[in-house]
Amino acid sequence: MSELPAVVASRAVADGGRRRRERLPGEPRRIGYLYIAPAFLLFAAFNLVPLVQGINVSLYNWDGISPATWVGFANYGEFFTSPDIRSGYLHVLILMIFYSFLPIIIGLFLAAVMSRIRIRGLTFFRMLLFLPLVITDVVTAVAWIWIYDATGPLSTTLKAVGLGHFVPSAGWLGDFNTALPAVGVFGMWGQFGFCLILFLAGVMKIPATLYEAARVDGANAVREFFAVTLPGLRYELQVVLVLTVIGTLGTFDEIYVLTAGGPGTSTTVPAYLVWRRAFQTGQVGSAAALGIILMLIIFAVTYGINRLMERGAET
Amino acid sequence: MNAVSSIAGPRFRRALALLALLALVGAACTPGGKTAQVSVPPPPAATGVPDTGPITLTIWDQESGPVGKVWDQLNSEFEAKYTNVTIKRVNRDFGELKTLLKLAISGPHPPDVVEANQGWPDMGQLVKAGLLLPLDNYAKAYGWNERVPATVLAVSSWTPDGKQFGTGNLFGYTSMGEIIGVYYNKQKLSDLGLTIPTTFDEFEQDLAAAKQQGEVPIMFGNNDAFPGIHEYAVIQDQMAPVSTLTDLIFGLQGSTLSFDTPANVQAATTLQEWSQKGYFTPGFGGGGYDTAVANFAKGQGLFMITGNWIVANLGADNRKYGFFLMPPVKAGDPPVSTGGAGFPLAISAGSEHADAAAAYIDWMNSDHASELLVQAGEIPLHTGASSSIVPGTVLADVVNAATAVSEANGVVPYEDWATPTFYDSLTAAIQELMGMRITPQQFVSNVQKDYSDFQKSRA
Repeated sequence: MSELPAVVASRAVADGGRRRRERLPGEPRRIGYLYIAPAFLLFAAFNLVPLVQGINVSLYNWDGISPATWVGFANYGEFFTSPDIRSGYLHVLILMIFYSFLPIIIGLFLAAVMSRIRIRGLTFFRMLLFLPLVITDVVTAVAWIWIYDATGPLSTTLKAVGLGHFVPSAGWLGDFNTALPAVGVFGMWGQFGFCLILFLAGVMKIPATLYEAARVDGANAVREFFAVTLPGLRYELQVVLVLTVIGTLGTFDEIYVLTAGGPGTSTTVPAYLVWRRAFQTGQVGSAAALGIILMLIIFAVTYGINRLMERGAET
Repeated sequence: MNAVSSIAGPRFRRALALLALLALVGAACTPGGKTAQVSVPPPPAATGVPDTGPITLTIWDQESGPVGKVWDQLNSEFEAKYTNVTIKRVNRDFGELKTLLKLAISGPHPPDVVEANQGWPDMGQLVKAGLLLPLDNYAKAYGWNERVPATVLAVSSWTPDGKQFGTGNLFGYTSMGEIIGVYYNKQKLSDLGLTIPTTFDEFEQDLAAAKQQGEVPIMFGNNDAFPGIHEYAVIQDQMAPVSTLTDLIFGLQGSTLSFDTPANVQAATTLQEWSQKGYFTPGFGGGGYDTAVANFAKGQGLFMITGNWIVANLGADNRKYGFFLMPPVKAGDPPVSTGGAGFPLAISAGSEHADAAAAYIDWMNSDHASELLVQAGEIPLHTGASSSIVPGTVLADVVNAATAVSEANGVVPYEDWATPTFYDSLTAAIQELMGMRITPQQFVSNVQKDYSDFQKSRA
């Protein structure tokens, strides 16, 4: 809002008839605040006020209905001492491999391949890859619960080809060792289409002359990818990285539908703990503190990624 | 310049400072407000709905299936009986009710009658916040005290400050009960050459014999986590004294009682052994509870350890299945099992029609209501019930077992009522125990940690 076009500013001076205090072109005018007021009021009512309330609640021991007792930062202290919370963040780090790292690798690889060859019906395939993202997780999760079942298609297929000893007897979601990766693969299936779409759009933006130049210089496919495609996709990569990492930190629906944090506590994640404490076990203060910490971590991670990517761009 | 990176500038820092300031301002007010302790309302002038113009009663419940239909019928019959009453039924599933009830009942227009789960996580918090009405005078006026055993009233009793469970005022009432026990497939039991066990050892011998002959001894699926509590509880009930378990769950002796006892370790060891020996359905960790019930009803498995509520799935008049209580360690000892009252009805403190609400609660627990509910698979706990039950059916077995254990004062409350977070701690620990992830001693230590944390917070 600080960058009003110079034309508008200077015309305001000229149209006034009487001479006003001279305003430099581009200098912000107070009326700008009026323009953003409607959006800001909505943002304040639905984001800032609840945020402040959340910070307030996080400083109390509160069950949600009876009077709260002030505990200061004790709820935040729990973050450093509770093994539940620690394992929740560990799980989310593991999920990051599936929700962010692998989809980006797969997406980049497919985008690079697709940028070199012309495929008939590309739009159709793009739609197919994007489809998992359009259908809500809760619906597709039901199908995946069946796939992962001890008697489901994944287990029966593995048994049919003689790999039966890999199949956990409790099913993939019921086994302590496979539950988290199973949730991860489900998320990955939804994520990589999203990465691919953004990367494909980015590839189309790269001038064909760059590829021609690279080929004239004798670059092979691998060199071409690292010298032309990857640098050209820097902004897309940044956006994808930020969005998928934030998405992973906020993982909730997959866990809620697929495992409810189980078996044991092997698939609990921070957002699930927030929900459980706020609505199931009456620990609203602690839930608020966890939520605020999660928000700060997301801020920090986003900031870190952006700084990293920008530094990469300068060199 | 992309939008995401703009948070990196000084503007971001200024926003953060603003946030901190707002937080300080916000911190000045305590959430939850003040609580006035609710006093016991005076005894009603007469029983029944007072004829003081039109009354709308809002009811929140979680009944579904056949029981839900009975509720609809009872509601319209109540409206016909008292023509000035209109009933607004708000039906939610168990999870939804747990989440939304606290919000609704603390709001400006609370429902009049609510179905509140017993225990610290639900009813305990509502009583503590002064949101429920003590029902003692209504209990006297309608004779609820004489109608059901004292243990049924105890699980809905609290001191008015919500600090003591199992004693004090009455905050909820039901005459229907629940009981956990062992269902068995009659045909399979005789095919395997086995009889109904009379001691815990005999039960274990039956399990071994069934396993040896290639039968699944206990039908089980624990993906939903709650069934594990019941498998553990019926074993524990035979190994620890009833009074210790009840006092532990009510928290009557604060932190002097512990979950970490030799009896509890022994019960955990037994459960783990059963799991190791393959007495449960293979792959039970990933199996759903509903699937297990459906498979048992189809004739798979010899036993299934669960509650009376699956009677409706088997069919109340089913004669192919029987039900017995987990037998005691010593032959002839009185029966002990987990169960007790069903979901009680409570009156919200903000209700403007408390007398009418009490009349409604009495109606939902009348002999007429009980007759209809029994056919839908519910277990009556009140005096003079069971006239309409056909002998020889699975329902008759369940009702007889419930009566026997209730008369012997052997009903142990559900263990997950013990602390607000006990359900999560216990279910997770049982999954780990049965999955051989932890030892029985680690199991009781993990659970005890939750228990002692809560007792410390109460002190």
